[in-house]
Amino acid sequence: MQQRGTGQAQAPSQPPAADQGGSAAIDVAHLVKVYKTTRAVDDISFRIARGSITGLLGGNGAGKTTTIAMIMGLVLPTSGSVAVLGAKIPEQRYEVLGRMNFESPYVDMPMRLTVRQNLTIFGRLYAVKHLRERIDQLAADLDLKEFLDRSNGKLSAGQKTRVALAKALINEPDLLLLDEPTASLDPDTADWVRQHLETYRKTHNATILLASHNMLEVERLCDRVIIMKRGKIEDDDSPEGIMARYNRDTLEEVFLDVARGRLREGAPEGTS
Amino acid sequence: MSEIVSHQPRGISLQRINAMVLRYWYLLMSSWPRLLELVYWPALQIITWGFLQNYISQASGFFAKAGGTLIGAVILWDILFRGQLGFSISFLEEMWARNLGNLMMSPLKPIEFLLSLMIMSLIRLAIGVIPMTLLALFFFGFNFYAIGLPLIAFFCNLIFTSWSVGVFASGLVLRNGLGAESIVWTLMFAVMPLACIYYPVEVLPSWLQYVAWTLPPTYVFEGMRSLLIDHVFRADLMAWALVINAILFTASFAVFLALLQSAKRNGSLLGGGE
Repeated sequence: MQQRGTGQAQAPSQPPAADQGGSAAIDVAHLVKVYKTTRAVDDISFRIARGSITGLLGGNGAGKTTTIAMIMGLVLPTSGSVAVLGAKIPEQRYEVLGRMNFESPYVDMPMRLTVRQNLTIFGRLYAVKHLRERIDQLAADLDLKEFLDRSNGKLSAGQKTRVALAKALINEPDLLLLDEPTASLDPDTADWVRQHLETYRKTHNATILLASHNMLEVERLCDRVIIMKRGKIEDDDSPEGIMARYNRDTLEEVFLDVARGRLREGAPEGTS
Repeated sequence: MSEIVSHQPRGISLQRINAMVLRYWYLLMSSWPRLLELVYWPALQIITWGFLQNYISQASGFFAKAGGTLIGAVILWDILFRGQLGFSISFLEEMWARNLGNLMMSPLKPIEFLLSLMIMSLIRLAIGVIPMTLLALFFFGFNFYAIGLPLIAFFCNLIFTSWSVGVFASGLVLRNGLGAESIVWTLMFAVMPLACIYYPVEVLPSWLQYVAWTLPPTYVFEGMRSLLIDHVFRADLMAWALVINAILFTASFAVFLALLQSAKRNGSLLGGGE
């Protein structure tokens, strides 16, 4: 492993994309989720500014998926609050669901329907205007044209991911929640998906929150990284800020340090 | 909000219900074995029971008089059973496809989802039961539609019961995952002995008759026998069935919403597996 310094953590800088005032895209306060005796999410708070890309990092069981599911209103918190685009979740979620969308490896697009049929149905659910043109546009943007009339079950993993992304973008969401968006993709397709997300954020001033195990992806895409461990926020800063504080060259090294508890003693106050 | 999205009504959206019906229609049309299956079992059932009725009506003076009660009961039972299956199978399709998370994250509301399942149960029922009634006419000379207007009362009561059971069973699967799938296939059979499909309520022990009268289908099957044997339409029975159905229907919705909340607390919406 490359080591740039001692590995001793420095004081955290202010998370660059955190929205300290005004209306944040996502506002999470003292969020807790307990499943029977397991504390999956343990009193976490953060605000995510509109137009930013934030990565939620953490090992298996860190609480990333549960956090995203609570932001979407698919899991009810034990305590704490979530607001998305100014609406309280879950109470007011139907006021903003049309402005959000998501992609997750825990859900699939129906396999027996063709790509076009799937996109048509979701387009109608989201009340997309000029749907046929929108599907054609997505097919061109995401390179789906050649298999638009093929059933989803007959697609490769990479093609399925692109279709899932097309579904996630069908309503041009202001907020996009992505759980492992490039899992099981070859490096070329993964890079291509990341480029598309970057472009989408820029052109639509969209907010993106993504959970990922892919550190390179997070380094490249995200303005801000929230590292979770055992349901708590272990660190929260820009990728550069975190790497500098941990004296590491890559987020992967930081991730390993955090996962293995190497820097627990020197961890900055107030970040866990 | 993005300019490509139309203004969405606060209440129930017909567009979203249509989208879901379209989704199930695409699914149905994508598989001829599934379409065939919708016709296959009802056809087998009506032919078997029809020949049985022919046989016993030759041997029994009562059945000769009460022509069609057995065939009529088989058709009405199929409306009840397949109405519920039509509802629940469309729901299970979402669980099998792991698509529930996508739907729950979309603006689709639970009530719209349930309404689309009800419409699909009617479509699936029509595909299965209409050929069945034609077979009954062709093979046994039993014209189901000759029942006339009372048929509407029978049908409405049975379909409301089937939806109530479907909503309840779907809620259980939603909460407990596909491990609870067998409930969908078997729950209606729990109603079968007490609904007195093939025999009058008096056959039951007196204490069990009280239980039987809490089930709307019991009123329908008694009403059918009254019509076919005594040629009397019992509007009172249909009215009672409707009242109990209204209570069951409301209760099943409340239970579904409670189970949905429980699934959200439990975190089972994104998984949906066993």
